[in-house]
Amino acid sequence: MTMRDLPLLEIEGLTHFYGAQLGCRNVSFDIYSGEVLAIVGESGSGKSTLLNCLSAQLRPTGGTIHYRMRDGSRLDVYGAGEAEQRRLLRTDWGFVHQHPHRGLRMGVSAGANVGERLMVVGERHYGNIRAKALEWLGKVEIDGARIDDVPNTFSGGMQQRLQIARNLVTEPRLIFMDEPTGGLDVSVQARLLDLIRTLVADLGLSVIIVTHDLAVARLLSDRIMVMKGGEVIETGLTDQVLDDPHMPYTQLLVSSILQVGA
Amino acid sequence: MYVAVKGGETAIANAHRLFAARRRGDTSVPGLQLEQIVGQLAFAVARVMSEGSLYDRELAALAIRQAGGDLIEAIFLVRAYRTTLPRFGYSEPIATDRMRAARRISATYKDLPGGQLLGPTFDYSHRLIDFSYDPDAGPDEPALAAHGVASDLPRVTDLLGADGLMEADPLAGSDMVGDLTRDPLELPAARDLRLQNLSRGDEGFLLALGYSTQRGYARTHPFAGEIRIGEVELEFDAPEFGFAVTIGTIEVTECQMINQFKGSAKVPPQFTRGYGLVFGQSERKAMSMALVDRALRWREFDEEPGAPAQDEEFVLSHSDNIQASGFVEHLKLPHYVDFQAELELLRKMHAEIAANASSAQTSAREAAE
Amino acid sequence: MSLSEISEQPAGYNFAYLDEQTKRMIRRAILKAIAIPGYQVPFASREMPMPYGWGTGGIQVTASIIGPDDVLKVIDQGADDTTNAVSIRNFFARTAGVAMTSRAEEATIIQTRHRIPETPLHTGQILVYQVPIPEPLRFLEPRETETRKMHALSEYGLMHVKLYEDIARHGHIATTYAYPVMVEDRYVMDPSPTPKFDNPKMHMSPALQLFGAGREKRIYAVPPHTKVVSLDFEDHPFSVQEWPDTQCAMCGAEGVYFDEVLLDDRGGRMFVCSDTDYCERRQAEGHFGHLHASGGAGAAAPENR
Repeated sequence: MTMRDLPLLEIEGLTHFYGAQLGCRNVSFDIYSGEVLAIVGESGSGKSTLLNCLSAQLRPTGGTIHYRMRDGSRLDVYGAGEAEQRRLLRTDWGFVHQHPHRGLRMGVSAGANVGERLMVVGERHYGNIRAKALEWLGKVEIDGARIDDVPNTFSGGMQQRLQIARNLVTEPRLIFMDEPTGGLDVSVQARLLDLIRTLVADLGLSVIIVTHDLAVARLLSDRIMVMKGGEVIETGLTDQVLDDPHMPYTQLLVSSILQVGA
Repeated sequence: MYVAVKGGETAIANAHRLFAARRRGDTSVPGLQLEQIVGQLAFAVARVMSEGSLYDRELAALAIRQAGGDLIEAIFLVRAYRTTLPRFGYSEPIATDRMRAARRISATYKDLPGGQLLGPTFDYSHRLIDFSYDPDAGPDEPALAAHGVASDLPRVTDLLGADGLMEADPLAGSDMVGDLTRDPLELPAARDLRLQNLSRGDEGFLLALGYSTQRGYARTHPFAGEIRIGEVELEFDAPEFGFAVTIGTIEVTECQMINQFKGSAKVPPQFTRGYGLVFGQSERKAMSMALVDRALRWREFDEEPGAPAQDEEFVLSHSDNIQASGFVEHLKLPHYVDFQAELELLRKMHAEIAANASSAQTSAREAAE
Repeated sequence: MSLSEISEQPAGYNFAYLDEQTKRMIRRAILKAIAIPGYQVPFASREMPMPYGWGTGGIQVTASIIGPDDVLKVIDQGADDTTNAVSIRNFFARTAGVAMTSRAEEATIIQTRHRIPETPLHTGQILVYQVPIPEPLRFLEPRETETRKMHALSEYGLMHVKLYEDIARHGHIATTYAYPVMVEDRYVMDPSPTPKFDNPKMHMSPALQLFGAGREKRIYAVPPHTKVVSLDFEDHPFSVQEWPDTQCAMCGAEGVYFDEVLLDDRGGRMFVCSDTDYCERRQAEGHFGHLHASGGAGAAAPENR
């Protein structure tokens, strides 16, 4: 078996309670290199809790997560120290927030936003950092002339693209996205989705994306996981689940999107 | 010829002499006596004792006089003196329910065991400057209740607690408390240290923060459950005796706020607490403190953070007026070395811009030729 | 403490003001700081009889290490006669009664604000810095809880983000004082608001360097012969201030740190050594600048051009 055949991320019995309140319960799945998984459900279904647990930002009350490192070793994510977790989040992983101000430094220039992760991993050549930042601004279709402008002067769509560039500059292997197109105009959404789809395919990224929008899930994901009341109620290939949903709740979700679309 | 400025020593001595003369004012007017300050400026004395963290009226009066009435300066004098005093140990917790109360009011009950006792207060007075006030004419004889001052006043929070409607006092039973004047404050801080910090904190700062919680920046739905002011006994456990002995009494103001109720799966909803305690009579400070204390407890009640009054690090790091005034005023100290460093850089950048502009001109001319 | 012990407390202030218990507490913090170069050790800073921000951290450090045989020098802005230097020297004269000097090489302890003397320090000397904000990450990340974590995990990328922004905006690293340094390849440290001109003097210094921040309650240290490297980029290397074609108007020195003095309102100015001890010594040795009372214009010193 090559490393590509082994799961990148293995989730086993993941459970989280906020005090007595259920966040998510007994979630298990694997994700492979280059695979895009969408987690869908209404607000309150537990999908954001799950994403925070998966991305080492919220210690779950139960279950395990293992990550396949670049050298092939298998890291117990919550068994590892905070240092290792934070390093992963800044290098081999990425996190695209719904609200750009959570994922960007709004007070520093676009160039520095993109360059930060390079500096974190030890790049100390200003010219190289700037060249790399320019290259990535180009890839996410931001005019290089804006490199010294702060994100506050950018439109919502540009801020999201900048956030993506900031995450991808260290060539991570796994990206978490939390409603990345939420709150954007429909035309802006379409452009952003198109960009994400292209980048994911070109770079062979693995992505776990949380969305309440089934259209987003259909466009981006290979597989889909439907959540309700903190539990996964249906999972499968995206087209299969959306075209032929088994659970009544999924049927309801799918029909409601169709109604809106019709 | 240039002679560098010298003689800082003489300048300082002269400045202090001039200041001393100004502080004394017109010498034909009798100098302020400590008893006058203690007796007639009691609110100023209380503030200096509270924020100076040292209960000594005469010392506070001495400091107020020496500071020319600048209360933060007086607090500073008291603090600097306090820090040199030996530490004997911890007193027993004061029993405010056995306070000899001069004033005790509750905004939550019309009447309650022990009764409402309006006592000495600014409240309900009309704020009209009294041009005819004669300090040398004796005031009217105060009308005191036949039974004298009240004592044995059960706390409103205890009465509610007996009905299971008030959260248990989270600090009850913990007999050791920290001391941020002896150990560095590390964050996040426990509530005992937060309360100590607030009690020493600047009245104006706490007032503004407490006010902000009422205007929606971390609203806590407060009721003034009880405010009481009076003398409490201070007991000290000296090893020689093997039991606690009373070493004196102190006057304190205590405020118990009753706030937004909170429940969980295990506990039915109960009111929550905010607490304020300061030396002397200072209701404004005690109430502000109680509001801020409650706002800082947002984590215990899973409340949404984000307001200034909830931000522990912000509140605790900026409440101390001695730290604040020292650092603000240190900007008066010479900074010419740093300023020169900035000047040097600015001039260098200006020179570069000028050089770039002239080389651009040259190349433009060359291109034109 | 028993009642009899309480009644036997001596009246008046202790040697160097602080009580011995407090000094021991501070010395423990200093020892820990020396053991972990560049690491900020929290300590129970006392309230001092001068305001926070006016040197209370440095004063507590000095008071804790000073003994009757020490010789103390106090400077502020490089000068022995600036008002706050005078005030601090008077404090120690009154409370410790130790010998004072303005000569850098004679002092066993030098307390300073904003400068390192031009005269090279030697083994056995201790340089005590007064520090207003000890946290080099503070203006990038205001939260102490977060900055402590960043230090613990050596997450210093943000520091370079600041330098990157400077270059992108100004073409230069725009930090001119309190210029951050990496100590012994581990901790990023604020050298206190000394001009970056003085940073190279910290590197491998034979003297012990102690830093006290009273208001912020932190002590840190650079032991003798320790690596202290100013942060920079490979293609924008660290450099110090220069005053080309400038000599001290009093002693004719070049390549030192200068104070600029305005002489009139028509742009007239002159530069003099910021280090007054260094300047006076040069004059005593017969070096004169162009505005010196001796007649100036480089009468004596060969290097005056």
